[in-house]
Amino acid sequence: MIRRILYLFWQRIALLFVISLIGHAVIHLAPGEPSEVDPFNPMMKAADIEKIRGAFHLDEPLWKQYILWMRDLSRGDLRSFKDGQPVLSKIWQRFLNSLPLFIVSTLLVWTISFPIGIHAALSRGSPVDRISNLIAWALISIPGFVLAYLLILGIVENIGVPVIGMRTFGNDGAPWWFSIIDLMWHITPISLMMAVLGIATLSRYTRSQMLDVIEADYIRTARAKGLDESTVIYRHALRNALLPFITMFGLMVPGLVGGSVIIESIFAWPGLGRLAYEAILSRDYPIILTVNLLGAVLTLIGISISDILYAVADPRIRHRSS
Amino acid sequence: MRNDRTVGDDLPYTLNREAGNASKSLTEESASPGNDILSSIRRNPLALGGLIVLVMLVLIAVIGQIATTWMPALDPATVRLVDTLRPPLHVVSDLVAAEDRPLFGHYLLGSDHLGRCILARMLQGTPIALLIGFVAVGIAIGIGVLIGGAAGYFGDRRIGPITLDTLLMRFTDIMLCFPTFFLILTVIALVSPSIWNIMIVIGLTSWMGTARLVRGELLTLRERDFVTAAHALGIGKWRILIVHCLPNTLGPVLVTATIAISGAILTESALSFLGFGVQPPFATWGSILADSKNYIFDAPWLFFIPGLAIFAVVLAFNLVGEGLHDAFNPHASGPRGKIK
Repeated sequence: MIRRILYLFWQRIALLFVISLIGHAVIHLAPGEPSEVDPFNPMMKAADIEKIRGAFHLDEPLWKQYILWMRDLSRGDLRSFKDGQPVLSKIWQRFLNSLPLFIVSTLLVWTISFPIGIHAALSRGSPVDRISNLIAWALISIPGFVLAYLLILGIVENIGVPVIGMRTFGNDGAPWWFSIIDLMWHITPISLMMAVLGIATLSRYTRSQMLDVIEADYIRTARAKGLDESTVIYRHALRNALLPFITMFGLMVPGLVGGSVIIESIFAWPGLGRLAYEAILSRDYPIILTVNLLGAVLTLIGISISDILYAVADPRIRHRSS
Repeated sequence: MRNDRTVGDDLPYTLNREAGNASKSLTEESASPGNDILSSIRRNPLALGGLIVLVMLVLIAVIGQIATTWMPALDPATVRLVDTLRPPLHVVSDLVAAEDRPLFGHYLLGSDHLGRCILARMLQGTPIALLIGFVAVGIAIGIGVLIGGAAGYFGDRRIGPITLDTLLMRFTDIMLCFPTFFLILTVIALVSPSIWNIMIVIGLTSWMGTARLVRGELLTLRERDFVTAAHALGIGKWRILIVHCLPNTLGPVLVTATIAISGAILTESALSFLGFGVQPPFATWGSILADSKNYIFDAPWLFFIPGLAIFAVVLAFNLVGEGLHDAFNPHASGPRGKIK
């Protein structure tokens, strides 16, 4: 068991190395450089551009740039091209802003999609099942930014609460309970928007998992034994239908980086996705590369967590691997 | 693969079901797998609705392409500064020159902040939306089938210390680890944003699902009796792969392709929305949406028309994809249940 975990760990470190190589190559080989962000600025002379390129090591060969990036990253003194701030502390700050969004939206996804999916599976073919299926497809099909704007329009026009940013501007002296309610008003719409896609896909997934399990032989056996229906559903069926959700949990962790670019930009939430978007706009290579790497690290952490949880939850896998 | 109910099968339930479906005679129905799929879709109202929307969409795209190119009344680039932000069905102002007047003298879907006719701009964007969906997914499916096919069928070949299968599948894993939308956004922002670049980048970053799917299918197909029989007949490996194995993966690949098209259309609209899409003055649905966000309180129709169009098309592709999935897997428990 331990040997297998160690083996998987080393395999993933190797994977991460290749990912960082490819990411670095893709971003550096694509045409366009940080020195060309403002090509029509008359103050920028050719000599200045050379100086900037030299300061950022952009005139070095690619492999050397990669080594420099890795060296600075591991020492923690990688600095942003744009403002010279250390990249890691910048990312950490934004990460702390994104974390509550991720937690709230994950909670929303799990608490809403499970009951819907189970109910749809148990009443297969009924109007409720069909309607929830159609609504799920509709939520998958509507572009996230359109839905976000509709929500903002609705809240601002009907309730009149400002929801953009992390807190309402200019209420620094407000009492603490006001600040908390204010924060909740700001966090709810954006985490709801981030949760919508997850709710739609996960409820459909729950439904199909539940249907698979319900038709299994051991459920028929449980019914034949004379167990009452709720014991069959909740003790025998649901437990087995929940197993693949461990995989889904692993797949959701990287959503912390990739899934939030547009929504965070719309709601002006100072999170990781918006940091990445701003870095792309200003071609801030150290931040782009590091966020990209962070995304890959989170994906691998997610996969590893779900592997371990799987082994804990499912004795069949534990015995096969040992 | 399909249930082999033949024409001579006269079980009562078969007759009842076909009779309720008063569309084609019994002999024509289920004569070929293609007909079987079609009849399955015909029984599914959501998928049928999606299919009708898609057929209409293709017609609109063709008509739109012709009309916006040749009819001056539908020129999407005509600017009329006296008629900005007009609501739908608004009559054109008398100040507009005769050759600049929109179709029937009305802004049928309103006008934008430069007085351009939204109907014309939407028509110009329709073929682009379809083109991006089909080309991007075509690239993705091509790469996916190539890599998945090589890994699944020639996976035993060794390259140095590792097998071809390990090599290709590790590469697929690596590609899956990248935050996809972020990668697409980065590359599009760095290279010049044109339709072709967007299609290529979306295609290059979304083939992984297909590759894994094709590999999985081929691993089981390779062990099937008809492949052994083909080997025994002395048919070459390539011929077995292309003529006998790959057609059997067509069903699941078609389902993923249909659903991937909707994903590609959504990605393009999101890129346009962030300003990295097809560059102005050329209109796509995403760029009309992006233009409209500054006028959302004054001219909400500018926002609702392209938003609804994207929603309808993506929903149609998804529903057809689900219908195809149910048609290819008659015993599958739920929509998209087994496809991952």
